[in-house]
Amino acid sequence: MKILIALLFMYGSMLYAETPSGEVILERIDKNFDAKTQILTATMIVKGRRGTRTVKSKTWAEGEDKAFTEYLSPAREKGTKMLKLGDELWTWTPSADRTIKIAGHMLRQSMMGSDISYEDIMENPKLSEIYDSKIIEEEELEGRACYVLGLTATQDNIAYHSRKLWVDKERYLPLKEERFAKSGKLLKTLVINEVFKVGNRWYPKKMTFKDVLKKGSGTEFIIDSIKFNVKIPNYIFSKAALRR
Amino acid sequence: MLEFKLAYRNLKGVGLRTWLNVAVLSIAYVLIIWHQGLLSGMFTHSIRHTINDEIAGGQYWHKNYDPYDPISLDESHGVISTELQSLIKNKQATPILIRQASIYPEGRVQSVLLKGIDLRQTVLEIPSGKLVTKENILPILIGQRMAEKNSLKKGDYLTIRLRDAKGTFDAVEGKVVEIMHTMVQSIDNRQLWIPIERMQKITCMENEATIVVVGKKISGQKNLPDWKFKSQEFLLSDITSIVKSKKVGGYILYIILMFLAMLAIFDTQILSIFRRKKEIGTLIALGMTRFRVVRLFTIEGAMHGILAAGVGAIYGIPLLIISLKKGLPMPGAVDDYGYALSSRMYPSYSAGLILGTVLIVMVTVTIVSYLPSSRISKLKPTEALKGKIS
Repeated sequence: MKILIALLFMYGSMLYAETPSGEVILERIDKNFDAKTQILTATMIVKGRRGTRTVKSKTWAEGEDKAFTEYLSPAREKGTKMLKLGDELWTWTPSADRTIKIAGHMLRQSMMGSDISYEDIMENPKLSEIYDSKIIEEEELEGRACYVLGLTATQDNIAYHSRKLWVDKERYLPLKEERFAKSGKLLKTLVINEVFKVGNRWYPKKMTFKDVLKKGSGTEFIIDSIKFNVKIPNYIFSKAALRR
Repeated sequence: MLEFKLAYRNLKGVGLRTWLNVAVLSIAYVLIIWHQGLLSGMFTHSIRHTINDEIAGGQYWHKNYDPYDPISLDESHGVISTELQSLIKNKQATPILIRQASIYPEGRVQSVLLKGIDLRQTVLEIPSGKLVTKENILPILIGQRMAEKNSLKKGDYLTIRLRDAKGTFDAVEGKVVEIMHTMVQSIDNRQLWIPIERMQKITCMENEATIVVVGKKISGQKNLPDWKFKSQEFLLSDITSIVKSKKVGGYILYIILMFLAMLAIFDTQILSIFRRKKEIGTLIALGMTRFRVVRLFTIEGAMHGILAAGVGAIYGIPLLIISLKKGLPMPGAVDDYGYALSSRMYPSYSAGLILGTVLIVMVTVTIVSYLPSSRISKLKPTEALKGKIS
């Protein structure tokens, strides 16, 4: 009997040791996404009620605070540029030839008609810095074993009070995410449909954003190419670059 | 008196030409009074409803509040000062909390202004009492325009997404409990009204407001720390500027109408003098002074104005009464004009307006009649008798 209890205890300890805590999982996710700089080209497919639109863009990013995006197609959006510096966002369109600061209610508007709002891209992507997390359960999603994490904001100025994350146990990549309002109402979902390996890290290749409160099939975001830790000239992250 | 009798007889003698002139002038009378009455009625209604439904006796604005700057709205809220608290307690003022939010009618995102209002307030004629409900839901009051544009009706449920004071998203389900009918589009279009206590709780803005509306009978308000007082006059300045610009537009219409009428009278006078040279010569030869002859012709011309006033009254008064009772339907697009307008426009005629118009027309007609008649003073009776005019 004593041996059985000892074995059970040992097995329990082993299980405990193998299952990382929520915080550790979040840190690993952040580490997976973390890069000093990144340059990516992406395709955004907006599935609206009136049809589907495909928007291609190129983004240069440095840390969490600096990002510059140039839209490459379709012709209507070509040349439109967007600059994020800290918590400020500007946009420039060639037709108007004016730099407009996106602030206030404009941040709530959809970006290029997609399910992603400007304020979504303004968020701090480092989850471990702003959320407490705990493992709610373990579940299989699309054939991959996942930890289901419950995230609760540690600060009261975080856009989404709570989130639910399905994290690939092996790759530490979230495969599905649900974002909730303070009242507990589901606001947005993010599903990672395809992943790819870049160097030694796994990264989302194709993901679908969905504003749950809105009608439509959501917005697909496909990363066509991505480079990490490449040198980006400083002038890119300036308002002058918007007009170039 | 002799001149008046002669003038009337001469006018009657001319016949159709006189009545044509009188008809044109009477149309000018009626149109000027109708148009002026319409403008006056429109703005009287607009100002009255704006005061009753939106601005009352003036508003205290939070120091960051600027209704024309949606970007600063997120920061435009603060704890209501003790001075304002006492006014609110005595029902002499009411606080309104304003935040931006999104709703999803028929699955479409729409930006709206979410406004919290005191359920027991009596300062504004907004039916805030309709927000009192025993149901465990968030009651929503909307205006008719908002309801029509979003196909909303009483009993419909709406999801409202907003950010609290710190920036965290919240989403609440509400039920449209009342649709208010208001002329004031600025409290209706893209706006939702909910109980202020609930809104303060949801947004973590306990005891805070964006504006405080002061009662109509309260006077002597001054700026307070963090709260700037905006007088009724200031808040109505947009409407009064529009009134001024519309009046200028109206004057142009009057000038055109008067010009047409005066042209007819001027021509008639010229023709009259040309045709009646021998008569003029005879009158002078018989001993009538030139001044009296000029006066006779001037009175003849001015009498068109008197006759036109009479003719205008015959058909104009019934027409003006009908328009006063039935009003004039307004097109749907007037909601975008930026000031309160009802679906029907009712004119407002005052004695001053009618008498003023008659006086202006009479004076103008007299001047126009005098100008050609003044040539008579230079007329030599011998030449006039021969039918010549120098």
